[in-house]
Amino acid sequence: MNDALSAGPHTPEHSKLQVCDVSLYYGQTAVLQNINLTVPANRVTAFIGPSGCGKSSLLRCFNRMNELMDDSRMSGTILLDGQDIHTPQVDVAELRRKVGMVFQKPNPFPLSVYDNVAFGLQLQGITRKRQLDEIVENALRKAALWSEVKDRLHQSALSLSGGQQQRLVIARAIAIEPEIMLLDEPASALDPISTLKLEELIYELKQQYSIVIVTHNMQQAARVSDYTAFMYMGQLIEFDVTNKMFTDPGQQQTEDYITGRFG
Amino acid sequence: MKYRFNSGTCWLWLNAGAVSCCLLMLAGLLWLLLVNGLGHFWPSPVVQFTVTADSGHHPVILGELIRTEPVPDTATAASTVVRYLIRQGKNTDGPEFRWYRSDQLSHWQLPPNAAVLERHNGSRWYMVADEQEAMPALPDIARISYPNQMSFGQKLADYSYHLWQFLSSAPQTASAGGGIFPAIFGTVIMVLLMSVIVTPIGVMAAVYLHEYARQGLLVRLIRISVYNLAGVPSIVFGVFGLGFFVYVVGGSIDNLFYADRLPSPVFGTPGLLWVSLTMALLTLPVVIVSVEEGLSRIPQELRMGAYALGATRAEMLWKVILPLATPAMMTGLILAIARAAGEVAPLIFVGVVKLAPSLPVDGTFPYLHLERKIMHLGYQIYDSGLQSPDPDAAQSLVYATALVLVVLILLLNLVAIRVRNRLREKYHSV
Repeated sequence: MNDALSAGPHTPEHSKLQVCDVSLYYGQTAVLQNINLTVPANRVTAFIGPSGCGKSSLLRCFNRMNELMDDSRMSGTILLDGQDIHTPQVDVAELRRKVGMVFQKPNPFPLSVYDNVAFGLQLQGITRKRQLDEIVENALRKAALWSEVKDRLHQSALSLSGGQQQRLVIARAIAIEPEIMLLDEPASALDPISTLKLEELIYELKQQYSIVIVTHNMQQAARVSDYTAFMYMGQLIEFDVTNKMFTDPGQQQTEDYITGRFG
Repeated sequence: MKYRFNSGTCWLWLNAGAVSCCLLMLAGLLWLLLVNGLGHFWPSPVVQFTVTADSGHHPVILGELIRTEPVPDTATAASTVVRYLIRQGKNTDGPEFRWYRSDQLSHWQLPPNAAVLERHNGSRWYMVADEQEAMPALPDIARISYPNQMSFGQKLADYSYHLWQFLSSAPQTASAGGGIFPAIFGTVIMVLLMSVIVTPIGVMAAVYLHEYARQGLLVRLIRISVYNLAGVPSIVFGVFGLGFFVYVVGGSIDNLFYADRLPSPVFGTPGLLWVSLTMALLTLPVVIVSVEEGLSRIPQELRMGAYALGATRAEMLWKVILPLATPAMMTGLILAIARAAGEVAPLIFVGVVKLAPSLPVDGTFPYLHLERKIMHLGYQIYDSGLQSPDPDAAQSLVYATALVLVVLILLLNLVAIRVRNRLREKYHSV
C-alpha cells in the first residue's frame, strides 16, 4: 500500500482515490497493466497519452462502468476515501452517484433541460417541486449555464448547442452532489470558445470536487490540471505535478510524447 | 458509353424507373378499386325491351342496365354484337342478373317513369309506374326511386344514400344487397384487440433480447427463429390457432369455467378472442424486429449517461430507453396492423364467418363478447367474390368491399403514424 502511494508524486495533499496494482482485461487483451496512482482531493488530475493507451478504460474503472461490458475483468484494488469500491457491500448505483462522469460526446437525455438535471435526483426519490427547483438552479449555476437557459428550462435539451449540452451534462452530474467528477475527453466535440468556457468551469469546480480529466489535448492538460499522468500501451509511464511533467519530465517517453515526437 | 455507365446516369434512370413503376402500379390499383368499387352505387338506367330469341313467347323485360360488353357474333363475322347485363330483380323467375344479346331483343326503350322498388331485405323490383299492373303484396318497401327521371343532383343523392346503406347496414341473406357494417366493425375490433395483445408481448420480448440477454449463440438462435416466424405461411398460423387456441386452450377454459354448459362450447369454438390471439402471434415477429431495431438505434451514450447517474438497469430502461423506443413500437404496430387487417386465410379457422348473428360489442354485460364469431372485410371479399351464387352481381361488390378494406387500413395507419410523429417530436428521436 505504501509502495502504491509512493509511486505517485510526493505531495502533502489529501488523497481521494487510490489505485493499487490495477490490471484490466477485455477478453484476452490486457488493456491496463499494474497501474498505481493516487488522485488527490480538490485537484484536477489529467490523463494523457495516445489513443488506445487505456486512459479512458482506467477512468471507467473508477465508477465501475467497465462492468457493463461483456467479458471485462479487473484485478487489483481501487480505494475511494480508503474504502474498496469492489466489496460486495458497495452498491454500484451508490458508487456512481459519488463518482460522477461526463462523456466524450454530450449525451443529454431527450427531455427538457430541467428534467435532464432533475433526472438523477428523481432516481433518488426526490420529488418535491420546491426542492427540485432549487437544486436544479444551483447545479445549472455551478455549471455556468443558468444565465443561458433560465428562460427555456422546459424546452428540449437537444435544442442547446454542443457546448451548452456538455455543460448541461456536467450540471446533471453536479446535481447529485458527487465527490469526484470523471471527465472523459469532455471538450473533444466542442469548438474553441465552448472549450474555453468548459475549462473555466473545470477551474471553478475543483474548489468542490476532485476532478479527473482524460484528454488528447496536451495544452488543455497543461492549462487545467494540477497533476498529470502519462500513459502508454496500458501502462502508467509517469505521474507528477503538471508543471514538472511539462517542463522537466522524468521519462524519455513522456518527453517524446509531450514534445510531439510521437502520438 | 463507358463514361455514362461509370458516371451513374444510367443507374439514376434505372432507379427512377423502378420508383415510377411502383407508383404506376399503386395508382393503377387504387384507380381500379375506385372506379369499379364506387361505380357500384351509381343509379343505372332502367330499360325495357322484348326478347325475341325464343320462338314461342316474347317476354318483356324491365330492369337496370348494369354493364355493356362487345361479344363476337357467331353468325356473321363482320358485324359486332353487344351483350347487356340486366338486373331484372324479382320480376321474373330465374336469376336476378342476366345477360341479353343485342341481336336477340327488340323494342328497346327507357321508360321515363320506371320505378325501382327496394325492399328491406335488399332485393329489388322494377315496374313502370302508370301501369295498372297488380304488384305483388310488398309490405316492406324501403325506398322507391325513378332513375330515368333523375337529375344529376338527384342521382348524387341516390348514390350517397346507397353508399351509406352499404357502409352502415348489415348484410342481407336474401341477395347480394345489404351492407358490410358488421364486417368493418369486426375488422376494426379484431385489429384493436390484436394490437393490445401484441404490443406488450412484442416490446417485452424485444427488450429482453436486446437489453437483457447476453448476446451469444442461444440468443442468436432465438432471434433467427423469431425472424423466420414471419415467413411461416399465414394459413399455418390458422391451423395452429384452431388446434391450440380453440381446442386446447378454449376447451380447457370450457372445462374449468363453463362445465355446466357442456357439451355446447363457449370458448372451445372459434371466436373473436382466438382470432385476435392468432393474429397477434402472426404479427409478433414484425413488432419484435421493429422494436429491436429501434432499441439498437438509441445511442449507447444515453444508456451510459443514465448508469453514470446511478440508475439501475430497470430505471435506465423505464426512464430513458423505453420512452425513446415508443416511435419504433408504433412502427411495429403500423406494420402489424397492415398485415393483420389484410389477412384472411388464418381467420377462417379461428372465428371469422360469412354472417355473424350479432356484433362482438353490445350493451349487455360484459359488453365485449370475446367468444362471439365475427365478420371480416377480407373474408367478405373472398366470400362474395368466389362463394356467391350470383357472380355477376358480386363483381362490383367485391371491388367496393376491397376499396373499403384499403381505406380502413389506410385510416388505421394514419392514426398510428400521427401518434408516432407526435412521439418522435416529443423525443427528437429517429
